[in-house]
Amino acid sequence: MLSRVAENVYWMARYVERAENTARLVWVNSHLVMDTPRGITPGWSPLVEIAGLHDVFHAVERDTSERNVVRFLIGDANNPGSILSSLVAARENCRTVRDVLPRSAWEAINELYLFAKENVQSGLTKSGRDDFLDGIIGGSQRITGMLGSVMYRDKAWHFSRIGRNLERADMTTRIIDVRSTDLFADDLHEMRSLDTLQWISVLRSLSGYQSYRRHVAIRVSRPDVLDFLFHNAQFPRSFLHCIDSVYESVGELENTGPSLRCIRALKRKLRDHKVSELDQQALHLFIDDLQLGIMDLHSRLAEAFFLPPLQVQMQESA
Amino acid sequence: MPIDLKEYDPGPFFDEMLSSRNRARPIARELLTLFRKMDDGELQVRQHAADLAIKEMGVTFTVYNEDEGGMIDRNWPFDIIPRIISKQEWDQVEAGLKQRVKALNLFINDLYHDQQIVKDGVLPAEVLAESKNFRPQCVGVEPPLGVWAHICGSDLVRDVDGTMYVLEDNLRVPSGVSYMLENRLVTKRVFPELFESYAPLPVNEYPTDLYEMLAALSPRSVRRPSVAVLTPGIYNSAYFEHAYLAMQMGAELVEGRDLFVDTDDTVYMRTVDGPQRVDVIYRRIDDEFMDPEAFRSDSILGVRGLLRAWKAGKVGLANAPGAGVADDKVVYAFVPEIIRYYLNEEPGIPNVPTYRCMYLEERQYVLEHLDELVVKPANESGGYGMLIGPRATKAERKTFAGLITKNPRNYIAQPTLGISTVPTVVGQGLEPRHVDLRPFILSGKKTTVTTGGLTRVALRKGSLVVNSSQGGGSKDTWIVDVD
Repeated sequence: MLSRVAENVYWMARYVERAENTARLVWVNSHLVMDTPRGITPGWSPLVEIAGLHDVFHAVERDTSERNVVRFLIGDANNPGSILSSLVAARENCRTVRDVLPRSAWEAINELYLFAKENVQSGLTKSGRDDFLDGIIGGSQRITGMLGSVMYRDKAWHFSRIGRNLERADMTTRIIDVRSTDLFADDLHEMRSLDTLQWISVLRSLSGYQSYRRHVAIRVSRPDVLDFLFHNAQFPRSFLHCIDSVYESVGELENTGPSLRCIRALKRKLRDHKVSELDQQALHLFIDDLQLGIMDLHSRLAEAFFLPPLQVQMQESA
Repeated sequence: MPIDLKEYDPGPFFDEMLSSRNRARPIARELLTLFRKMDDGELQVRQHAADLAIKEMGVTFTVYNEDEGGMIDRNWPFDIIPRIISKQEWDQVEAGLKQRVKALNLFINDLYHDQQIVKDGVLPAEVLAESKNFRPQCVGVEPPLGVWAHICGSDLVRDVDGTMYVLEDNLRVPSGVSYMLENRLVTKRVFPELFESYAPLPVNEYPTDLYEMLAALSPRSVRRPSVAVLTPGIYNSAYFEHAYLAMQMGAELVEGRDLFVDTDDTVYMRTVDGPQRVDVIYRRIDDEFMDPEAFRSDSILGVRGLLRAWKAGKVGLANAPGAGVADDKVVYAFVPEIIRYYLNEEPGIPNVPTYRCMYLEERQYVLEHLDELVVKPANESGGYGMLIGPRATKAERKTFAGLITKNPRNYIAQPTLGISTVPTVVGQGLEPRHVDLRPFILSGKKTTVTTGGLTRVALRKGSLVVNSSQGGGSKDTWIVDVD
C-alpha cells in the first residue's frame, strides 16, 4: 500500500470523526447552557480553548458570543477544524483514494459534505441547530458504519480505524474537558442536581447514556461517569477502548516499534491514574497530558508510514 | 405522437444515420424504426436515465471554475443515440490505423538514431530542428521492442462526401478511452432492446490489452510485473481516467511524490512496508514535467531520475519520452510520405489536405485564403490557439497572418471540413450534431485497435468543436456486422 494512500485514508477517517465530534461538542455545550439557571452563564469561550483554536478564533472574531463561537465551529472556512472544513478535508482526502474504499463510501462522504454546505445557514440558527448537528452526526456514523460493514480488512481498513480511533480518543477528552472547565466550584452543594444534569448531558453527547445506565449505575455521578469514559473497555467511545482499537490495528502493520511503545505509554498513564479521583484542575492537566501523548503517537505513525514531510511541503506549494 | 424525422435536416453535411430526410442508412434502419415507435418525451426520459446513471457511476472530468470554488468535477456529458459504423468499413479503418502507427513508430525510432529520413530528403531538416517535442535526451535510446508510441489516439473525421480522414495523431498522453468504456455500460442500460438486434461488437477488451502491452515492457521477467499509472494528480482534467484505468488493470495509481529513483537507477514506490520496485509506468504526465533532473527543473509533478532509470533499462515507460515528436501538426502533414518511406505502402486512411506554411508557395496560398481555411499551431491541443477562417473577424485573420509570417514553421492550414453529423437528443426530438471519432491504438508485441473508439459530439448547434473542455459531449460507438 502506498504511503500517500495510507496517509489519505488515515486523515479521511480522522476528519469524518472530527466533524462528528465537533457536532457533539457544540451539542453538549448548547444543552449545558440550556440547563443552567439564570444568572450563571457557562459561556462559549471554553469550546474555543478546548478545540485548541484560541489564536485562529481571535484572528477572525472579537468576542466569544454564542453566535460567533457556533459559527466558528460549524461553518467557518478560516477554521480548519470547523465541521464544514473537516468535511471538505475528508472529501479531498477521499477523492484520491476512491479505489481502495468501497464506492459507496465516496458517495456518502460527498453527500454529507453537500448536506453540511447546504444546511449550514440553518445550523447557525438556534432552532435549526440540533437538526443540523443530528444530520452531521448521523451522516458521519453512516460512513463509519459503511466502512465497518463492507470494507475489506486490508491495510487501508487498519489505517482508517487508527485515524478514527485516535481522533475519537482525542475528542472524547475534549468533550469531558468542556465540563471540567466550567464555572461551578466542585463542592457547591446546591449545584448537585445541576451537576448531575450536566454529566447526563456529557454522556448523551457521546451516545453513552444508555450504556452507562445499563452497565454502570442508575445514578449519574461524576466519578462513575469519568471512570466510564476513560477506563471502560466495552464502551466504544471511551478513551481506553479507542486506544485498544488503535493498538490492535497498529499491530497488524510492519515496522511499528516506536508506535507501539507510544501506545503502551498512553495505556500506562491511564492505568496509573484513577481519573475519578482527580479534581477539576488535575483532570484538566491529565487530559492535556493524554492529548500530547496522542500527538506524539501521530508523529510516530507519520514517521513510520507516511510520505516524508519534505514531499508534503512540496505538494502544498503547488 | 411518435418521433418525427421528416424535419431532421443535416443540411450539406454527411449524416452518419440518414442518407436524406427521413431515410435511414442500412446500419440505422432498426434504430430509426425504434424511434418512430417512441412516444413524445420517451427519448427525454431515456436521456434523463442516462444522465442519472452517469452521475451515480461518478463518471466525471475536472474543470476549473472560479465561481464554484476552483476545481470541480463535472459529470461527463453523454448523448444516448449511438453512432453506428459497419464492420466492413471499420476493418479498413483499423488496418489503416495499424499501418499508420507502425510507420510513426519507425519514424520516431529513426529520428532518435540515424535520421535516415532527413538524410534522404523526405523530411526537411528544419522541421526536426524546430520541433518542440524532439528530446535530445532520448537520442540513441533503444526502448523495448523498438516501440515509442505505445498508446496512440488518432482523431478521425468524415467529410461531406463520406470520406474518412485522419485529422491528427495524439502520441503524448491521449485521453478518452475510459469514457468509451463507460459509455457502453450506460447505453446498455438505456437501449437494451437494440443490443439484441444489433449485437454491437464489445469494447471491453481494452483494459486487458493495455495491461498486457504494458507488462511486456517489464525489464524483469516476473509473472506479474508491478505496473503503475503515473498521474499529475486530482486536479488534472483526466484524473478520472487515470484512476479508472489503474483500477481496471489492478495497477497502482501513483503521483510523482510516491516514486523515487535510487542510486541503482531503479524506480521504487514509497509504501507502508518500505520501498517496492516498479517495473512499468504508464505515465500520464507530459515529457516536460516527467523528470526535473532531465527536463523542466521546476516540475514538482515528476520523479527525479526517471529518464535515467528508463535509459538504464530498469523501468518500462509508456509512452516513451520523446514520442511526442510525431505529435506535431507539421509532422502530421508529412505522415503520408512517412508511410510510403518506411513501409513502401500507400496510406490506408488519407490525411486531411494540409498546407505547410514553411513552404513559400503553400504559405502564400494560405495567406490569400485565410477566410476559407482552418489554421492550427504545430503544438497545441484541445482546440486552443486555432483560427477558424470562415468564422473569424477581419482583425483575427490579420493577427494570424502576422503570426504565420513571423513563424511559418509553427503553422499549418486545412480546408474547413464539413464534418459529419449524428442525430442527437435536443429537447424532445433529434437534431444533427457534428462528431469526430478517436480510436486508440496499442502497440507492443502485437498491435490492437479499440473496437470503434470514442465518438465526441459538439453539443452546440452548428459547432465543430468537440472537446469536452469546450462544450463537447460523447456518444457510444457501435461497430456492427450487417449483411
